[in-house]
Amino acid sequence: MQKTQNIFVRRAIFAAAATFLGTVFALPLVWFVFAPFNARAELGLAIPSPFTLSNFATVFQNTFAMQALLNSLIQAAGGVVLVGGAATLAAYALSRSPIPGKGAVTYILLLFSSVVSGSAAMVPIFLIISAAGLIDTHLAVILVFAGGLLPTAMFILRDFIDAIPRSYEESAMVAGASPLQAFFDVALPVIRPGIVVVVVWAFVNIWGSFLIPFILLRSDKLMPASVAIYSFYSEAGTPIVTLLAAYSLIYSLPVIALYLFVNWKFGFRFFGGIKS
Amino acid sequence: MASVEFQNISKTFGAFVAVPDISFQIADGEFICLLGPSGCGKTTSLRMIAGLETPSSGRVMIGGRDVTYLHPKDRGISMVFQDYALYPHMNIADNIAYPLKVRGEAETKRHARAKDVADVLKIGDLLKRLPSQISGGQQQRTSLARALVYPSEVYLFDEPLSNLDAKLRLEARGFLNHLQRDMGMTAVYVTHDQAEAMALATRIAVMDKGRIVQFAPPIEIYRRPATTFVANFVGNPPMNLVPVEASVGDGALHLRADGLQVAPIELTDAVAKAARSGKMTLGVRPEHLRIAGATDHNILSGELFANENMGPESLVTLERGDNGRVTARIFTDDEIKVGTSVHLAFDARHVTLFDDTGARIPAADER
Ligand SMILES: Nc1ncnc2c1ncn2[C@@H]1O[C@H](COP(=O)(O)OP(=O)(O)O)[C@@H](O)[C@H]1O
Ligand SMILES: [Mg+2]
Repeated sequence: MQKTQNIFVRRAIFAAAATFLGTVFALPLVWFVFAPFNARAELGLAIPSPFTLSNFATVFQNTFAMQALLNSLIQAAGGVVLVGGAATLAAYALSRSPIPGKGAVTYILLLFSSVVSGSAAMVPIFLIISAAGLIDTHLAVILVFAGGLLPTAMFILRDFIDAIPRSYEESAMVAGASPLQAFFDVALPVIRPGIVVVVVWAFVNIWGSFLIPFILLRSDKLMPASVAIYSFYSEAGTPIVTLLAAYSLIYSLPVIALYLFVNWKFGFRFFGGIKS
Repeated sequence: MASVEFQNISKTFGAFVAVPDISFQIADGEFICLLGPSGCGKTTSLRMIAGLETPSSGRVMIGGRDVTYLHPKDRGISMVFQDYALYPHMNIADNIAYPLKVRGEAETKRHARAKDVADVLKIGDLLKRLPSQISGGQQQRTSLARALVYPSEVYLFDEPLSNLDAKLRLEARGFLNHLQRDMGMTAVYVTHDQAEAMALATRIAVMDKGRIVQFAPPIEIYRRPATTFVANFVGNPPMNLVPVEASVGDGALHLRADGLQVAPIELTDAVAKAARSGKMTLGVRPEHLRIAGATDHNILSGELFANENMGPESLVTLERGDNGRVTARIFTDDEIKVGTSVHLAFDARHVTLFDDTGARIPAADER
């Protein structure tokens, strides 16, 4: 009796703690869902009354902010294609071919990549990009992101490919497939769940980044949404909460949509090998 | 169908020598088993035939053609992998038909062919499933179907039955046996299971540490094992090996060991030569041992260690003091108590002698 009571008390404490933690994390999200539909600026939680879409109407009229969403999409898509494609090919080669010292190469790249996309390397990156004559272009942003994300993406994918038995491609080649056919028919579909993980991760990274486009771009018509969000600050530097909330919601929709799409289409899971 | 030949093949991985030097010839229509313990280089040898591994030196010939540096796809081979290597994203029909797809066959045609092969292997009603949705035995047959769906010069098998349970393995073994007799395929089959090799092979290559120790038909391997290694590997249970002291006297060979009684053995030149070292190994198969009677002259004695009743027969294991154990296959229903002393008899004609290097000494009636 004593014992069951003890367990009950412990469970109750655990549930209370979990609820508290959950609430702490959930509150900003709840605000994030409600605030855009509220005509008044409120920093506290409030059910919008009256419920309004006027914030969105105002945001949609801001052509700079709308163009920025498109720019974000261009930069993220470009970066994702580059990172996804290059990481897949590089990781496949690193995993399957007997290159000596390939482990060291991956680790060193990984080490440097955290520097490249960090703020410490901003000056050299700026100098390189401007020497290449790419300042104020989408390409500059795409390349810098690809360079920064590639090593980690390669690392994740190489681990993933290492876990896939070589006998898949070997059986394809014995059956008459060329190495290229074996890669596209057999290896690529098996690796795909890993590529999807990397692509989503890269997209989210680029979509949310502020510093790199802010430094490499000049003209308003190229700025991504992460920068354009500051157009909803007044001259004095205080945020216009109503518009900011509406724009933020729009800004985060593509990421949510991407997660839902990937989950529906591929599922965040691995095929894995046939159990032996 | 075609012949296969290894000419002085060696294979090293870095500093490690997996295969020092192998040569052999396999004739058209032979079913060869590479038999040996784990790590002896069977898979490596098979993969060099397939082209998945390049020899460090030597040449591989298929059908008289030098294929040493040819890509696997150009060798005209089929291979069944130990882990089956079924493509997880393709259904069974597409898995089986994949070799036809890379050969450019039209979809309807290749699916019809896949269905035919699948029907023979009794997986015809699973064609729409994914590999993860069928049992291990069905996966095994799918991988077999994929190897059989197109005509090949040589069929390669790497322990294809080792992931099946005992009953399925027997069934699959019987099927492969039938298939071989039916098709007359040239096949190289890797296994560490001597029963599988005995049942399937027209010839067995017994391997040890990257070398072929004996290459002969199953019955030859069983009756005249070339070395103690082969004797100890083949048979269920394998041959009993008893180290003995050998001496020559009165024109005959005398063998001595604790708990062993052997009538003098006829002295041939080969026996006399081997006896000079004073050490030999006496081999007797478990199925050639029986409970000793009053008139028996050749006797192995020891205390009962275990008595396992297998149904039709019993496996009786004796402990011979510090001299190891001896196992007999005996047809008996008698209850023998552990620790009882037991005497086992054998006939002189069932004795195999090995010299001090472990090589078999030819018997008197051999020439
Ligand atoms: N790719 C490889 N790199 C290094 N050593 C290997 C490689 N493949 C096989 N070996 C070694 O070669 C030996 C023979 O291997 P294998 O042919 O797979 O043996 P088996 O199939 O008879 O069990 C083993 O000791 C194994 O560790
Ligand atoms: Mg092996």
